[in-house]
Amino acid sequence: MSTTIDHAHGHSDGHDAHDHHPHGWRRWLYATNHKDIGTLYLWFSFTMLLTGGVLALGIRAELFKPGLQLFVPEFFNQLTTMHGLIMVFGAIMPAFVGFANWMIPLQIGAADMAFARMNNFSFWLLPPAAILLVSSFLVPGGATAAGWTLYAPLSTQMGIGMDMGIFAMHIMGASSIMGSINIVTTILNMRAPGMTLMKMPMFAWTWLITAYLLIAVMPVLAGAITMTLTDRHFGTSFFNAAGGGDPVMYQHIFWFFGHPEVYIMILPGFGIVSQIIPAFARKTLFGYASMVYATASIAILSFIVWAHHMFATGMPVTSQLFFMYATMLIAVPTGVKVFNWIATMWRGSMTFETPMLFAIGFIFVFTMGGFTGLILAVTPIDIQMQDTYYVVAHFHYVLVAGSLFSLFAGFYYWAPKWTGFMYNETRGKVHFWASLITFNVTFFPMHFLGLAGMPRRYADYAAQFTDFNQIATIGAFGFGLSQVYFLFAVLLPSIRGGEKAADKPWDGAEGLEWTVPSPAPFHTFETPPVVK
Amino acid sequence: MKHGKRLLPTLLAAAGMLMSGSSFAVTDMVGGPAVRQLNFQPPVTSVAADIYMLHNWMMGICIAIFLAVFGVMFYSILKHRKSLGHKSASFHESTTVEIAWTIVPFLIVVLMALPATKTVVAMKDTSNADITVKATGMQWKWNYDYLKGEGEGITFYSALSTPRDQIHNLADKGDNYLIEVDNPLVVPVNKKIRIVTTANDVIHAWGVPALGVKQDAIPGFVRDAWFKAEKVGTYRGNCYELCGKEHAFMPIVVNVVSDEDYAKWVAEKTKGMNAAAEDPNKTWTVAELAQKGEKVYAANCVACHQATGKGVPGAFPALDGSQVVNGPKDGQVHLLLNGKNAMPAWKTLTDTEIAAVITYTRNNWSNKAQQNIVQPAEVLAARK
Repeated sequence: MSTTIDHAHGHSDGHDAHDHHPHGWRRWLYATNHKDIGTLYLWFSFTMLLTGGVLALGIRAELFKPGLQLFVPEFFNQLTTMHGLIMVFGAIMPAFVGFANWMIPLQIGAADMAFARMNNFSFWLLPPAAILLVSSFLVPGGATAAGWTLYAPLSTQMGIGMDMGIFAMHIMGASSIMGSINIVTTILNMRAPGMTLMKMPMFAWTWLITAYLLIAVMPVLAGAITMTLTDRHFGTSFFNAAGGGDPVMYQHIFWFFGHPEVYIMILPGFGIVSQIIPAFARKTLFGYASMVYATASIAILSFIVWAHHMFATGMPVTSQLFFMYATMLIAVPTGVKVFNWIATMWRGSMTFETPMLFAIGFIFVFTMGGFTGLILAVTPIDIQMQDTYYVVAHFHYVLVAGSLFSLFAGFYYWAPKWTGFMYNETRGKVHFWASLITFNVTFFPMHFLGLAGMPRRYADYAAQFTDFNQIATIGAFGFGLSQVYFLFAVLLPSIRGGEKAADKPWDGAEGLEWTVPSPAPFHTFETPPVVK
Repeated sequence: MKHGKRLLPTLLAAAGMLMSGSSFAVTDMVGGPAVRQLNFQPPVTSVAADIYMLHNWMMGICIAIFLAVFGVMFYSILKHRKSLGHKSASFHESTTVEIAWTIVPFLIVVLMALPATKTVVAMKDTSNADITVKATGMQWKWNYDYLKGEGEGITFYSALSTPRDQIHNLADKGDNYLIEVDNPLVVPVNKKIRIVTTANDVIHAWGVPALGVKQDAIPGFVRDAWFKAEKVGTYRGNCYELCGKEHAFMPIVVNVVSDEDYAKWVAEKTKGMNAAAEDPNKTWTVAELAQKGEKVYAANCVACHQATGKGVPGAFPALDGSQVVNGPKDGQVHLLLNGKNAMPAWKTLTDTEIAAVITYTRNNWSNKAQQNIVQPAEVLAARK
């Protein structure tokens, strides 16, 4: 193995048609090139997206009608739990790391990531973790069914599937921490001469902040699930009142991780959208500095709002008020970002290719999720809505229409640089409109279900909720099919061929990534560019 | 994509058929959700009414902001297009504007938070309650203990009363499908009721939307909440915290009655409870116990071990043909009292109930245990 790596490095000056990197499976297993690793991350996350999606369709199929049709409730709970875990840790987070790997070196004019071999290791930890997680369906007792939040003491009741889930998350956490260290080091040390921090592209900025969040909170999650593990097997009582512990302590620790985690999943998305809107409005991003400050404020505030997930656990009135006020405060920097995007569009010269459609779709639908977030921040309303479908609607508006749409936007925007081919514009637009419409058909009715009091994580429901559930199920299958369409009609054809992409396919786009050829050669910026 | 083109219409048609097929006559649930309900359930306490108003207030503000912000965005999208020949302007910074749209949202947020603060304080004030009831969540039902006030000492279990056949689609579903119980919580109207919550096993949550109450029930800890229902009626709620496989099947029903009716209910309940306090030394016949045991089984055991006694392979052991059930009775008594793995300890059942259910399992399905009867006295002895 060492020879292969030496080989790859020894000839790093010879590029273009003579890339001396290993070929076949070795190219991927021994990958140290940021572009190859980025590609691996993106394929991994897309696979997990489809896996998690299939589980979601299982959930929606069971909920098409009241009564138990397809699954027993314990399996239904496994579906909801694993859908959450796979989407959060397997799909959304690795996808953003994939974008970071591909784009950050290209955006800041670096030759590669700072720690190329650690980069390889952070990726190759993921497939074993995913296999561990998904195969837990097959062990006696099945996968963990304690919800993706894994609340104790329900999590101590589970079978071996729970332990597999815990180990999978430990591994994914280690992967995330290494990936973040890599990103922070790359951004702080390897920027091209002249690129000061305040000249850096927004995507790199949002990832720098996100990486700090990850380094801060992933160990907290590891602590929480390790305590669960020792409670399960080694007789400790961290979360067991009978032994002097406290089940609610688990929730405090978990959400101290969990709230920054939700921003980890959206801030890089903000970055992508902040690149795309100016490109297609042909106008400089409005309020660059305030965008950076807003992102940092959101990140800092994310550490002091965690207990808003726990209003129904019961806490002193002063705590409830503190967490309510702090949470509502987040609306201010988030609002600033939305206003800046719209100000960027204002009096621009806009065109609406697929990346722009997804970016505008993101702003529109994500903002709806922001409004429901604001409504949920109000303690009394939150208590009424806690653990109802309103919450499900809210976090899918920010995670699917937010994170996932920003990922699609980023794909359409940068894929020409990756593949060297333009995707099919008509099919891209079909994918956008199909996704936007079916997404809303799926999740909008859930607001009504939640307001009327339908609890989430229920395998069965009162017959009065039937109609909205049926609409949601139809929408969900439509959304699933839209992503299959994306795979077969957009993604695969755009890799195989198509119209040749120019070095800078978008006339309004700016940044170093557009100064290299399309597709980006194996090695780029071996001599750092100078930024004026 | 040839298949894709035919797939969509086929799916839509299939969906349409299912939709029309499923529209069995459902009417609004009294005290629960209405068909296609769009907003909160009608509030019957001052707190629930406050929440209702708060939500309307927030919705109003959000819709106003939504229209303003996206009005501007879509105006821009329509007018500032390259295809219309619009040239892009070059402005990209304005400190004044930035400060304005930081301060204005801040002020709006303050406007939202002020009325909410009052409600938060009101919700937390559980002092001076007329009646205190402890709600204990357990997998998967509720226990109510009247701790203080009129009715003190009353205690009973409250479990789902929807027949399993309706859940498994073997019978038509009733209007109160899944939100109906055998023994509802009964409280008087216009009295401040304090609900103290706790749990036996995992975290549950006691929530009734119309009353504006939702409080987690945490094993080993107590929390409280309160309500003062202003209207006589039946109000329905659920367990709102994931608590395992039967999470969807442990609803809550609260009967709010007039003072007179409440006094009557207390008298009856107290009398009934005294009568029900069976003498553990009474000797029963197999038939008597098995008959009683069938009901205990249906209320407590059927969820895991199934009506067929076959259990769920890999998750819940079969009782039909089980070695424990057909073996020495001491083993089964011990298992019921102390639990094992996923099997909870059933200490909370009475001696007679445990004796009855054991006797039932020993004589049902293909089981023909040699020791085919357990008397309540034996259970009592095993408890020590």
